[in-house]
Amino acid sequence: MIDGILNFLDPYWWLIIGVVKAVIIAVALLSMVPLLVWLERRLMGRFQVRLGPNRVGPFGLGQPFADTIKLLFKENIVQSGADKFLFYLAPAIVVFAAIVTFAAIPFGEPFEVGGEMVGLWGANLNIGILFVFAISSMGIYGIVIAGFSSNNKYSLMGGLRSSAQMISYELTLGLTALSVVIMSGSLNLYDIVKDQSDWPNAIPMFPAFVLFFIAGVAETNRAPFDLPEAEQELVAGFFTEYSGMKFAMFFMGEYVNMITMSALVTILFLGGWHSYIGLDIPILVFAFKVFLLLCVFIWLRSTFPRIRYDRLMVFGWKFLLPLSLVNMLVCSAYKVLWAA
Amino acid sequence: MIKAVFLGAYNLLVGLGVTFKNMLSKPVTICYPEQKRVMPERFRGRHFLTRDEDGLERCIGCSLCSINCPVNCIHVVSAENDPNNPVSKGERYAEVYEINLLRCIYCGYCEEACPVDAVVLREHYELADYDRNTYIATKEDLLVYPEPNQFTVNFLGNTKIVNK
Repeated sequence: MIDGILNFLDPYWWLIIGVVKAVIIAVALLSMVPLLVWLERRLMGRFQVRLGPNRVGPFGLGQPFADTIKLLFKENIVQSGADKFLFYLAPAIVVFAAIVTFAAIPFGEPFEVGGEMVGLWGANLNIGILFVFAISSMGIYGIVIAGFSSNNKYSLMGGLRSSAQMISYELTLGLTALSVVIMSGSLNLYDIVKDQSDWPNAIPMFPAFVLFFIAGVAETNRAPFDLPEAEQELVAGFFTEYSGMKFAMFFMGEYVNMITMSALVTILFLGGWHSYIGLDIPILVFAFKVFLLLCVFIWLRSTFPRIRYDRLMVFGWKFLLPLSLVNMLVCSAYKVLWAA
Repeated sequence: MIKAVFLGAYNLLVGLGVTFKNMLSKPVTICYPEQKRVMPERFRGRHFLTRDEDGLERCIGCSLCSINCPVNCIHVVSAENDPNNPVSKGERYAEVYEINLLRCIYCGYCEEACPVDAVVLREHYELADYDRNTYIATKEDLLVYPEPNQFTVNFLGNTKIVNK
């Protein structure tokens, strides 16, 4: 009978591997969130010359778990004016988009298990980078729907701001990523990483790297571009009315987006799992680069004050967008005139 | 315009440098219950009544502290000293000396008014308790100030003499 099952499963071997990989990636990603929250709070503390949470467990490592338990047991409040269906849908969209985005991200060379090549990615798509951008933009829907369904003017303002901001910075993000695509000649993230085996893209394309990172910070709604949740003006922005675990889901979405954006920067500009110093542990090298970028995210947050909304728009449309266009022109000219 | 852009970017980098330097410096946090601050010597915390070199009370029951107190939290009743068995060196001593620590504003005027340096405010600041009645500090509570300064403070801010 076991033979029968195995025979039946044999043609679906790739599917089983895919499911296992998907589960591992999703669980790993979600369990990274509490650690990242802990890292952020500790590191922010150090940046502000204080200690950060250190009471729960060693080095305060129990703090995120205590917070999670607290959030799980919080009362679930839905105010009477809210659109119930959309109100429940919004956080789900945010988390869904954040996790699915990570599916196309490779973090190592494929290795062999039982005669099959298993790649260290959810899916090796030929249009990997398009997929990543497409799905990560879906997260905006979650935020806008949260803003609309809450029946609260602060939420609405936060949602609108967020959508405007994400749409305008996505242009810069896409154009700078396009320059990388032009240089490596492939939309496949795995090929883009393989193309950087000699040196990381960040060295020849430093302006693109900086532009992409700035746009990435804005895209993930992180400080200093955290306009949607500007607490001085908008209480908490689009998730003002959310409580308990639904609030935590927005939080989770933001942190997963942060990890995804760091992974994307690592892949496009920092050479993915190539260490360039002879260290041949792909996953560790990749994780280390992502970790460093996450620390930079936190560093930026603890350094810069939030910029004003109109300046955010001016900065996005009048400064970053022309620069990224120029950058793309230069890259394509180089590719056509010299590299070819 | 280009100059302004580069100047702005430079300033941003300077800001990042400042926070990075802060990260490398030692945190200023004092982990309070485990690690207690050494208060400055003239800190105005809990009151104490002192004794002189012979072990007699310094307080002569003059009530100047009570009169000087802006919130009227000190209650003094003086009595005549028995010459054979004096409580203080003066003619009189304080039979009752009570301070309402909840009402007290820790201004230190009593300390300044005292002609014999009997009442002092010391560096004990852990004065929280669960019961309001414990905040009426009577003479027994206030006289525990050891001479010279040998004391510890327990969790509720009550002073204990250190036995040598």
